[in-house]
Amino acid sequence: MIVRDVEIVGREGRYDIEIQGGRIARIGSGLPAASKEIDGRGLTAFAGLIDMHVHLREPGFEKKETIESGARAAVRGGFTQICCMPNTKPVCDNKVVVSYIKMRAAEVGLCKIRPIGAITEGQEGKNLAAIGAMKAAGAVALSEDGKSVASTGLMANAMMYASDFGLKCLCHCEDASLVDGGVVNDGYYSTLTGLKGSIRAAEDAMIAREICLAESLGLPVHICHVSTYSGVQLIREAKARGVRVTAETCPHYFTLTDAAIASFDTNTKVNPPLREEKDRRAVVEGLKDGTIDCIVTDHAPHHADDKNVEYNFAAFGISGLETSFALSYTKLVREGALTLAQLAEKMSTAPAAILGLEGGKLEEGGVADLTLIDLNEKWKIDPAQFVSKGKNSPFGGMEVYGRVKYTVVDGDIKYEEKRA
Amino acid sequence: MKRKDILGLYDLEAEEIAEILSVGLNMKKLLRQNIKKLPHLAGKSVTTLFYENSTRTRCSFELAAKYMGAHVVAVEADRSSVQKGETLVDTGKTLDAMKCDVIVIRHPAGGAPKLLSKTVSAHVVNAGDGMNEHPSQALLDMLTMQENFGRIAGLKVAILGDVSHSRVAKSNLYGLSKLGAEVRMYAPRTLLPSGIGRMGAKICSSREEAVDGADVVMGLRIQLERQHAGNFPSLGEYAAYYGVNEGLMRYAKAGALVMHPGPVNRGVELTSALIDGDTSRIEAQVLSGIAVRMAMLFLLTKEEIA
Repeated sequence: MIVRDVEIVGREGRYDIEIQGGRIARIGSGLPAASKEIDGRGLTAFAGLIDMHVHLREPGFEKKETIESGARAAVRGGFTQICCMPNTKPVCDNKVVVSYIKMRAAEVGLCKIRPIGAITEGQEGKNLAAIGAMKAAGAVALSEDGKSVASTGLMANAMMYASDFGLKCLCHCEDASLVDGGVVNDGYYSTLTGLKGSIRAAEDAMIAREICLAESLGLPVHICHVSTYSGVQLIREAKARGVRVTAETCPHYFTLTDAAIASFDTNTKVNPPLREEKDRRAVVEGLKDGTIDCIVTDHAPHHADDKNVEYNFAAFGISGLETSFALSYTKLVREGALTLAQLAEKMSTAPAAILGLEGGKLEEGGVADLTLIDLNEKWKIDPAQFVSKGKNSPFGGMEVYGRVKYTVVDGDIKYEEKRA
Repeated sequence: MKRKDILGLYDLEAEEIAEILSVGLNMKKLLRQNIKKLPHLAGKSVTTLFYENSTRTRCSFELAAKYMGAHVVAVEADRSSVQKGETLVDTGKTLDAMKCDVIVIRHPAGGAPKLLSKTVSAHVVNAGDGMNEHPSQALLDMLTMQENFGRIAGLKVAILGDVSHSRVAKSNLYGLSKLGAEVRMYAPRTLLPSGIGRMGAKICSSREEAVDGADVVMGLRIQLERQHAGNFPSLGEYAAYYGVNEGLMRYAKAGALVMHPGPVNRGVELTSALIDGDTSRIEAQVLSGIAVRMAMLFLLTKEEIA
């Protein structure tokens, strides 16, 4: 197959990309015709996008999402590879669940799905999960997801034991005693709505703890979905003194602020919560200066029944796979914070490097995971059109740029936008 | 009144608040004459849908509706289909299908009345939602002040106590500010919510500063569970450093009113001498409550003649 006459991120001019046997055979111009060709005119080729933080809900919550619907949403969003969090039912804390997810992913066959194992059994924070066995079954990282391991001693042990198996801990940072039932950011808008807020320190205290552990133990750690200006600064300072810390954020943290909660729209309920303008700016600045390594979705699909209730009772989370690229491109590249090459780094190269995954680079001899995007196409987000089962998005009606046209995984076209 | 629902004073225009107070004053005059059979809501139905325990607010709304001839149904959420797992949205649809004209809702979750109002064609009146708003309570407080001073504009109102968890304090802040009063607040830092100063309250650094020259001093109820949450060491310490007593009232204007949304913890938020004293309007507030709720129900449901 040849992708003909396409722009490639980070290079001048237009190229033909020849794909053979699931690898990129050649990148050149005027390559001989192939039996299958994609007309790349007007499109830009990216190394396949990678999302290292999604929730696929299967097994256990198939009403919200399945591995199949989640994978469909992923390729529609341009992702060739996604990593799924362990808060399923049963929890992904053993090799059986890891194997099940791998098996279902193979049956679905759309994008590469990499399971993340829980740090402790049942995410209960008491005993370490079967870390070695999960690694052997295919887990690519560990995370307690949705909470921190409350015991600092156990967390230290988890990081050390995981390092024996080459696994990193991806840390959701939240001090439960500070959150104490809070559902939004503590500030003007929590007082305005009367919704219980949680202060930045609830996130920052745990970011600081994980940094202290990583520094003290000389081990790497990854901070999930950074949302506070002070958290960005903690990571920046740690990196400056050589701590092996990496970090991610999500499109909603650089696109929205807690002003959005004034409507009581439960699609704005997310954990960590939407914060203030100075936090939003700091997240953009952190992406710009490299403090924040990558962009993830924290794709958290929910059924309408979980959201069409009182704000306090609604589930946390945003369905993000199908809007991530366009939001990131629109808010970061078009507004001048990042170059296109930097965006490709944040959405593909960096997550591959952090987790040691194949992919993340568009080069001869590399795996043929590609995302082809029309950067100039303007479109309006309509959650009803999502292929994810989760239509829970606060971005409905927003106009964005950048439309995924093709998603190619191992040289096979797994998504092609239907022409109207 | 042109709106479908009364969800809070944040949404209401100053003119709408003034209209409710004006009609409320007339209702109160009638009530003082012991007139409790008015035709304003004849043929209409009012449902009270309470997801939280309440005696005075519920009783007040039900009497207000009944005095104006409405059919009143009380849904006790703890004994109803809610206990069987029905969602608020589904309960609302059912009440709507029964042709309720007005649903008066109290709910522990902020924003619940708004969710209900989007679901039903009935008028929705918020009788208190979480830590968000309690518009009828603030309106009755304002009616009491209006009656006493003949105006709201220019009054200095000191609000002391648990502002964080008080929907009453916020509704009062919105309503009083819109009508031109000055609202001061004083509370332990643990019970003072973020950003309240940006909403127009003057945050004071002492009780005395809050009360200095005030026309009205309002205590807010301390819920005992707040102490267990570590917000202050003991009720005794609260009373000593944050309570309203006779000594503090010397900083206020002579004859300044003492108010409280009730129920009062005697000797904690206010001393008994103040509660039972001449300047106390705590009982007057109760009659104002029925009057103002009559005004709210009437203005929402009355047909506009072109």
